[in-house]
Amino acid sequence: MDKTTTPTVKFNHLQTAHCENGVTTSLLQHHGIDFMSEPLAFGLGAGLFYIHVPLITVLNGPFISFRTLPGTIFKRTCKALGVKVERIKFSNKNTAQDYLDKQIEKGRLVGSQVGVFHLPYFPPEYRFHFNAHNIIIYGKDQEGNYLVSDPVMETTNVLTPNELQKVRFAQGPLAPKGQLYYPVNVSKVSTDLLKKGIIKGIKRNVRDMLYIPGFFAGSKGIKFTAGQVRKWRDKLGQRKAGLYLGQIVRMQEEIGTGGGGFRFLYAAFLEESASYFDGNEELLKASEQITKAGDLWRDSAVQMAGIYKGRLTEQSDYNLSASILEEISNVEQQAFRQLSKLKLSS
Amino acid sequence: MEKKNVPQDKSALSGYTRDVCYVKNKDGKYEKALSTGWEVKAEALGNAWDDIHNRVEEAKIAVKNGKKSPIYYFFELKLMDMHVISGYTGFWSFTIKRHMKPHVFKKLSNRKLQKYADAFDISLEELKNFNG
Repeated sequence: MDKTTTPTVKFNHLQTAHCENGVTTSLLQHHGIDFMSEPLAFGLGAGLFYIHVPLITVLNGPFISFRTLPGTIFKRTCKALGVKVERIKFSNKNTAQDYLDKQIEKGRLVGSQVGVFHLPYFPPEYRFHFNAHNIIIYGKDQEGNYLVSDPVMETTNVLTPNELQKVRFAQGPLAPKGQLYYPVNVSKVSTDLLKKGIIKGIKRNVRDMLYIPGFFAGSKGIKFTAGQVRKWRDKLGQRKAGLYLGQIVRMQEEIGTGGGGFRFLYAAFLEESASYFDGNEELLKASEQITKAGDLWRDSAVQMAGIYKGRLTEQSDYNLSASILEEISNVEQQAFRQLSKLKLSS
Repeated sequence: MEKKNVPQDKSALSGYTRDVCYVKNKDGKYEKALSTGWEVKAEALGNAWDDIHNRVEEAKIAVKNGKKSPIYYFFELKLMDMHVISGYTGFWSFTIKRHMKPHVFKKLSNRKLQKYADAFDISLEELKNFNG
C-alpha cells in the first residue's frame, strides 16, 4: 500500500529570472495555459517601471525600483486572462499551516509570499529582510516536510514545517502574513483574449512610464536619479556615494531582474507579442529600443562600478554616469511614445 | 545583451544557483541564459557587506564602551531596521530606542528580553551576557 498521505502532484519546476513572474507562469501553465511564458506574464502584468523615492533610504541607500509593486504582476496577468484568484492572509500561524495542508491534500499548487532572511536554501549573502519573495508549494514528503519550487533556484527544495512557518511569518515592511494564493476556475484562454491582454498590458505600461504624476517616477524619474548622482560625490563623500551607486546597480542587476533592470525581459515580451500580431514591425522596433535601454543600463552599471571600485574618483566620472542615465531616460521615453501610438487590433 | 556576452564571473551565488538572464541569440531572438555572476554586481554586494561588517563592529565597540545595550548590537548583526525589529518584538520603535540604552536594558524583565532573544534567534543568556 502507498504510505504517502498526500497525493503527488505532477509538477515541473520552472526557473525564471523573477520570482513573481515565475510563480505566475508556473501556476498558469499547470492549469493548462500552455502558451504562458515569463516575458508574457511580465508584460501582461505591466511589470516594467522606474521609481526613485526621494528622501527615504532603504538598507542605508537610495530607494529605487525597476518594477511595479509586488503582487500586481500576478493579479493583473490573471485578470487579463479571465482567471479568478484566491488570496488569503492569516493572523494565526496554526490556521495558516492547516489551511496549506488542506490545499495540499486537495492536490492543489499554491503560491506563497515569504521573507528571504530565514530561507535556508538561499545564498547567505542574499538573505536580507526582504519580504516580497514568492515560491510555490507543491506537496509534502513522507517526513511531513514541504516541497518547494522557488523560481529563482535551479532546482526544487524542501522546507521543514518550522522553516516554512518562519518565512511565511517574516516581519517588517511587506510582511507576508502567511499569505497564500492560487488560481481557481481556469478555463481555456482564447488567442483573442490573450491579444486583448497584451494590448491592455502595453497601454498600462505606457501610462506608468510616460504619464504617472511625480518627477521621480516613470521614465522621467531616471533623470531625477541622474541629478542626484551628480550631487553625491560632494554631498556624501566618495565612500558613501560609492555605496549608493552600488545600491542602484544591485536593484538593477541582482538576481530576479533578467539583466538591465528588467528591460531585457520587457523587450522579450514585446518580441513575443509581435508573434501574436503577424510579426508587427512596430512592436519589434519598440523591442529593439527597450533592448537598447537595457544595454545602456548595463553600460551605466560598468561606469558606476568604476567609481565604487575606487578606480574612478573625479566629479567628471559621476557626471558621465548621470549623462548615461539621462540618455536612458530619453530612449525609454521614445520607446513608450512609439508604443502609445501603436494601433493593434485583437 | 548578446548571449555570447553573458558574464560568467565568480559570485555569492556559487554553489546555490545561477541567475537567469534574457539575452539575444545568434538569430537576434530573445532566449534565457544562465549566468554564474557578474563582477560588477558582485563588487556592489561585497561593498554592501563590508559596510554591514563595519556597522556591526562599531556597534560592538559601542556596547563595550557602555554607550549602547546588547539589543543594539544584535539589531545591527541581524541586519534589522526599526520596522523589522518592531514587527518581531511587538514593541514601538520609541520603546526599542529606549531599550538600546544600557541603563534601561539592565532593568528589563526576562519576559521582554525573551522577545528580543526570539527576534534575534539567540538564547536569553546570550543576549544578557553580551558585553562587546
